[in-house]
Amino acid sequence: MAAHQTYEEQKQFVLRGLILLGIITIVEVFIALWAKGFLFGHKWEGAMHYIYMLVMVGFSLYKAYFIVFFFMHMAHEVRGMAMSVLLPTLLLVWAIIAFFQEGSVWGARRELIKEKNEQVVTPSSGKTGYIISPSLSNHKG
Amino acid sequence: MADTSVKHAHETHEHEEDNSGAWEGGKEPFKASYGKLMMWYFLVSDAFTFAGFLIAYGALRFSMPTWPEPDWVFATVPFLKGHWPLIFVTFMTFVLIFSSATMVRAVQEGHRENRSGVVFWMVMTVLGGATFLGCQAYEWTTLIAHEDMTITQNPFGRHMYDGVYLGADGKEALYPDGSPITFVKGDNYTLHHVSRDAKNELKAEGLMYKTKDHTIEMLNSTKVKFTTGPKAGQVVEAAFGPKAFGALFFFITGFHGFHVFSGVLFLAIIAINTAGGLYAARKNGHEMVEKIGLYWHFVDLVWVFVFLVFYLL
Repeated sequence: MAAHQTYEEQKQFVLRGLILLGIITIVEVFIALWAKGFLFGHKWEGAMHYIYMLVMVGFSLYKAYFIVFFFMHMAHEVRGMAMSVLLPTLLLVWAIIAFFQEGSVWGARRELIKEKNEQVVTPSSGKTGYIISPSLSNHKG
Repeated sequence: MADTSVKHAHETHEHEEDNSGAWEGGKEPFKASYGKLMMWYFLVSDAFTFAGFLIAYGALRFSMPTWPEPDWVFATVPFLKGHWPLIFVTFMTFVLIFSSATMVRAVQEGHRENRSGVVFWMVMTVLGGATFLGCQAYEWTTLIAHEDMTITQNPFGRHMYDGVYLGADGKEALYPDGSPITFVKGDNYTLHHVSRDAKNELKAEGLMYKTKDHTIEMLNSTKVKFTTGPKAGQVVEAAFGPKAFGALFFFITGFHGFHVFSGVLFLAIIAINTAGGLYAARKNGHEMVEKIGLYWHFVDLVWVFVFLVFYLL
């Protein structure tokens, strides 16, 4: 806690932080149940679903910010030290983009393989097999 | 003359300090002790481990055509019957937030060298952590013993097309009022290997569907008939949900639970040491309490994201 705060202020701060995090959690769960159709019957679909996900991620990032900066006192650390902890986590932005893209590709591949497996192939009526080109078979590397 | 020489000597001394002092120790450029700094860097590495797990969850989820809905899966509350989506896990979140706040109080009392205050608030924190673990044990027990979820089998799924459940006789299953038990695309279901009666006792081997209106249907059949999609009109064997879901759930919440468990152990040890006056003797504002506090807040921080990924999205 910041040195300039009195003991009473510190205690107040903890209580306020506890209430703030609690309220954010209640709002999150309320919106989640609403968006999934458990509260008012209809689901948030399409663009509303993406807005829902953004709102949830936003609330969680705010909670994370509050815990790191005020409960873990990062706000009162030396700037260089805070940066040495916070900046490396930016690498995760790329990890998220890359792996979610990768996941979608796995899904698309799996669908393609399923599709190909179910495909009925009619054999060709003409000649099949390898065609050996004389020019290639004579070729010696 | 004497004045200038003294000043000169002083300047020389400062000059030397600027050049070589950085290598002689005793300076803290980050104004944090070695132990505290290393706790932060451990937490950075641990954050990457958890991020790796959660990103793996996201990648596998994105690779599947369907995924179980958390509001459907996590919907049991002790002593309450019926469907209570997310309520119990919200309670667990409150427990962790609460124990995080009591931890801040313990650190504050440590700075004031108030030994009994530190011990009191650390005991509160330990109780919070233990409560959380108890809740998690209940959640796991429900999923394993009552829902038949394991790391290789996930009974929770969502239908990809519209259709109707079939009974053991191969005909459309009917509600008591005679209407067919139908489902639409996106509807949740739970598929059990075994059937249990209302008291959750094993009855006959068979297959049990829990359907969208939360009634348990004893169909004793593993078949459904789709009315839309590429398999419209065909009778299809019912499928379990994506297998990865169970493994990811148990590994990630298990790994977090293990962090909570070791946190509780360390908190207990440090509380005992505080009570014995070990940290008061060091006269550094109970820094050890601050360090375990960092770890404990981190466990809460990870839960924020586990909560987001598993229960909210």
